[in-house]
Amino acid sequence: MLNDVIFGQYYPQKSFVHRMDPRAKIVLMIAYIVAIFLANNFYGLAAVVLFLIVAVLFSRVPFGSVLRSVKMILFLIVFTAILNLFFYSTENVHLIWQWGILSLSWESVINMIFLALRLFLLVMGTSILTLTTAPVELTDGIESLLKPLKYIKFPVHELALIMSIALRFIPTLMDETNRIIAAQKARGADFETGGLFKRAKAMIPVLIPLLVSAFRRAEELGDAMDARCYSGAKGRTKYKKLTFTWRDLAATFVVAALITGVVLLNIYLGGKFDILYYFL
Amino acid sequence: MEAVRFDNVKFSYRDDGSGFAVNGVSLSIEEGQFVAILGRNGSGKSTLAKLINALIVPTSGTVSVFGMDTADDKKTFEIRKSAGMVFQNPDNQTVASIVEDDVAFGPENIGVPREEIGKRIDFALDAVGMQEFRHSTPAKLSGGQKQRIAIAGVLALMPKIMILDESTAMLDPKGRREVMAVIKKLNREQGITVILITHFMDEALQADRAIVMHRGEVVMDGAPEEIFSRSDELEMYNLTLPRAAYICKKLQAAGMPVANAFTAEELAEAICASLQKG
Repeated sequence: MLNDVIFGQYYPQKSFVHRMDPRAKIVLMIAYIVAIFLANNFYGLAAVVLFLIVAVLFSRVPFGSVLRSVKMILFLIVFTAILNLFFYSTENVHLIWQWGILSLSWESVINMIFLALRLFLLVMGTSILTLTTAPVELTDGIESLLKPLKYIKFPVHELALIMSIALRFIPTLMDETNRIIAAQKARGADFETGGLFKRAKAMIPVLIPLLVSAFRRAEELGDAMDARCYSGAKGRTKYKKLTFTWRDLAATFVVAALITGVVLLNIYLGGKFDILYYFL
Repeated sequence: MEAVRFDNVKFSYRDDGSGFAVNGVSLSIEEGQFVAILGRNGSGKSTLAKLINALIVPTSGTVSVFGMDTADDKKTFEIRKSAGMVFQNPDNQTVASIVEDDVAFGPENIGVPREEIGKRIDFALDAVGMQEFRHSTPAKLSGGQKQRIAIAGVLALMPKIMILDESTAMLDPKGRREVMAVIKKLNREQGITVILITHFMDEALQADRAIVMHRGEVVMDGAPEEIFSRSDELEMYNLTLPRAAYICKKLQAAGMPVANAFTAEELAEAICASLQKG
């Protein structure tokens, strides 16, 4: 289950987006998020949607996989949307219904649609990053991007190593968890019945052995790393080199065009409620 | 040349220095040798391994690797570079999620230039026969394959000595055979000194020399055939004979005139010979 959340995300493929430098992908993803929040009318969001479709086509990841990532936070989107629908208030509202502090107006409907759309685009866009970048590449990219922080003594290399070891141990610890659960079940432990509290309590005999074994593994791993001459970042070389290629440059231009486009649409085509006032 | 030397080495895990895990060991291992260290649990054989790699330093006495004292901090890196160590659990010695990245870990640590690391990965993966898995993830490999990757990870440091601390203990028979074949090949073809710590007697038969540890001391030392012909002594140290040797001994005890044999093949031949005679 957890395996799917972390590793099932990556969709191995040899596409334009897959071959991009992970650093470029991370930075461009941040720029993409900025574009989403810059857009203050539906035309701007339409531009973002257009960009997203192009990006998915270039990544050669099926649209279904991209949509699946939204499924996980669908509840969150619906929840925020409903809250916004009833608690949104602004001046010159065209009220539809009101009861105490709860109100429903045409503005809040538009706002809700706008917000939900933003969240959808946000999740789908960021999932392109995780779908096309292997976890190892991601940590390499993050390490490289955080490099300037070294000058303020921030342990960049250590942080990246911790992240990659954590990723590396997830399948191992998942296997172990399943084994412990099986062992406890064989001794009559009950994980399926009872309320939330009782079931959470039933997990204690699983978590304690898991924790103990994780510590033992950590100690052995430490020895194994020592034996392989590990001594921190000093004097260390890196085998994999990240290179910025024409793909990254091209993608940067496209994202720059997207942001410019969104800003121009903001300036020339007004706010998100314009559609509403056109009809009312 | 002498690869490893122990001079009256004692080691205690306790601060007060009581209860020696290794108690007065002196021995010398020549370069190119394939040595098996045998002993039951708690005999001090794993401690012996860690002493060679400078993971621990002796409480008293000295351990030296190619003349370098393991107690000398400045030499720790050189020692670890020349004496690589493979541990028991393959899952706990892999640092990366991709095979080639894991093999690259050692060379990266000692600052090998990038192009050279690539060559070393090629060499190490070829040596253990895992080249085709270069881009796979260790989590998806079998135990024997994972352990071969761990060996490749050590091999990429170009060590002259390879210490295997019960590295076959957690493997199934197939994985054990794979790993043993790789070790033997490294010893024969690369001239790497192998120190194999094990409690599988059959594995010890493949070595040039077997050392038996008991309660922190070296109690037997010699050619495996010689050690295994002293079965009464072995029994005292709670060790058993290799299976074929055991059957051979039982046959002899039952009055069948078979020659001494230690492996299945030898035993088969001995039985054939004795049948032809009779």
